[in-house]
Amino acid sequence: MKNYGRVRALDGLDLDVAEGSLLALLGPNGAGKTTAVRIFTTLLKPDAGRATVAGFDVVRDADRIKSQIGLAGQNVAIDEYLTGLENLEMIGQLYHLARRDAKRRAEELLMQFDLIDAAGRIAKTYSGGMRRRLDLAASLVLLPPVLFLDEPTTGLDPRSRRQVWGMISSLVSEGATILLTTQYLEEADELANRIAVVDAGRVIAEGTSDELKDRVGGNRIEIAVAKEADLARAAEVARRHFPSEVTLDPAQRRISAPSKNGTSQLATLVRDFDGAGIDIVDLQLHRPSLDDVFLTLTGHQAEEEKVAAPAGRWQRRPR
Amino acid sequence: MATAPAISTAGTRYKPIAGRPRIVWAFLDALVLAKRSVLETVRVPELIMFVAIQPIMFVLLFRYVFGGAIQVPGGQYVNFLMPGIFVQTVAFGGVTTAIGLAQDMQRGIIDRFRSLPMSSSAVLTGRTIADLARNLFTVVIMLTVGFLVGFRPGGTPFEFLLGILLLLGVSFAFSWISAFIGLLVRSVEAAQSGGFIWLFPLTFASSAFVPVATMPSWLQTFARHNPISVLADALRGLFHVNPALTTGDIRSALIQSVAWIVGILLVFIPLSVMRYRRTTAR
Repeated sequence: MKNYGRVRALDGLDLDVAEGSLLALLGPNGAGKTTAVRIFTTLLKPDAGRATVAGFDVVRDADRIKSQIGLAGQNVAIDEYLTGLENLEMIGQLYHLARRDAKRRAEELLMQFDLIDAAGRIAKTYSGGMRRRLDLAASLVLLPPVLFLDEPTTGLDPRSRRQVWGMISSLVSEGATILLTTQYLEEADELANRIAVVDAGRVIAEGTSDELKDRVGGNRIEIAVAKEADLARAAEVARRHFPSEVTLDPAQRRISAPSKNGTSQLATLVRDFDGAGIDIVDLQLHRPSLDDVFLTLTGHQAEEEKVAAPAGRWQRRPR
Repeated sequence: MATAPAISTAGTRYKPIAGRPRIVWAFLDALVLAKRSVLETVRVPELIMFVAIQPIMFVLLFRYVFGGAIQVPGGQYVNFLMPGIFVQTVAFGGVTTAIGLAQDMQRGIIDRFRSLPMSSSAVLTGRTIADLARNLFTVVIMLTVGFLVGFRPGGTPFEFLLGILLLLGVSFAFSWISAFIGLLVRSVEAAQSGGFIWLFPLTFASSAFVPVATMPSWLQTFARHNPISVLADALRGLFHVNPALTTGDIRSALIQSVAWIVGILLVFIPLSVMRYRRTTAR
């Protein structure tokens, strides 16, 4: 628990990150994600409650924890007027590596993070994506077993975001234990083994992405036919696959139905429509997005643009 | 989709050096961070301006604009002025620490430093040591300009060196006050104004630029006990530039100067380090 004056930032946040896995802390701005990270990284002391990181208590063993963790905070924490190499060398030396080791390690990291060509340039000249990569590299100088990544892709363009995601995924596959905070539903979906949804300082749901989605119901299939005349026939075909609950929307020439077994059903459905000579202009399999999850759990929308795309989408043009 | 590079576990090959006492690490970590801060000065043209040009400007303005109007008993104004302006300049130079720390908090790098297993005084000591280096550089420039416009210190080389050492002490002490201010404020802008604002009355209502005797009596009381006056007078004594000062005056000013420097450090180092331990990025 953590209070700021009369504001309670964390209120019974209960978390457990399994070793070698990534837990995403998903929530809107002000949910308490950064406060939680600051407590785990010993930057803040909790007012009540306890937490352990790598087996050490965050209050009693704060010094011990520091050599077990890496932190990449919400802001890119690099020195603008040092070069990429100097930044990483400095962090290495502050981890008390020998000067020569700090330099070698810095070079290795610059190589791995595709920054070696910019190693001698001051970080002020780096693009947003390069800065993030340098920042991430700085948190990996000692390759600590536990990593805290606080909104690591905020403000990045989609390409750089994918790149950072790739790096995070490979860290997990190397065995790192990661707590990642994000307000991007898509990000949690992409990276996390488990997701904890936080709102107003407490965890309101926890589980795998699929488990969370199941809580708001399964998939839905949506079909749009080319000709209105085909609609009734299409509905008939659809009812063979979904005995109940086929809904019709004549204005949009759409049929929709809940789907239990997802993509395999789509394939047979498409074959049947082909066989019946019905032209389809749009066919979608909707997984409920984490946005739907958030809405169902909290009763309010997550405070950002909806980024989650339907999980499966096929389009056929009319012949 | 971009391909992810293989991130090897090579980091584990490098082991931190173990078994050195904390105090040694406090010093070594501070040096690493002092280097960072000095590099920043060298690479930011505006900062070099601040470090070099502003003091030159002050010397020339006071020497030629106010110098003619200010009478100092028994000596030349330029000799009276230079020690005062040295003290003022190094005290102002400490504000770099406040601004630098505020910047570190605003940019979030303070969170990274605090999450590292390094000495918790090093971020502050690094800044104050960097200020020492910058101030030494400034003093050398000012001495040069001072000589060109007629500054002629007397006394032995030993006394001269002692004077420079005293200035470095002033620099270090004021940088630590500045460090505390930098940690208290919420932005770089606030650090800038909050760092300077109290220094103006302190340096101007002192014997730094004019003899205290010319001030109204209520102000004289303040000015005489003002550490800036004490430090400037001690420096004048060491440089043998103010015939009005007796040996007793000089000895007393020196003792008081050392007491002020030590006192400021004893108060502001622990205060700042305590504050730093509870600081997070803004």
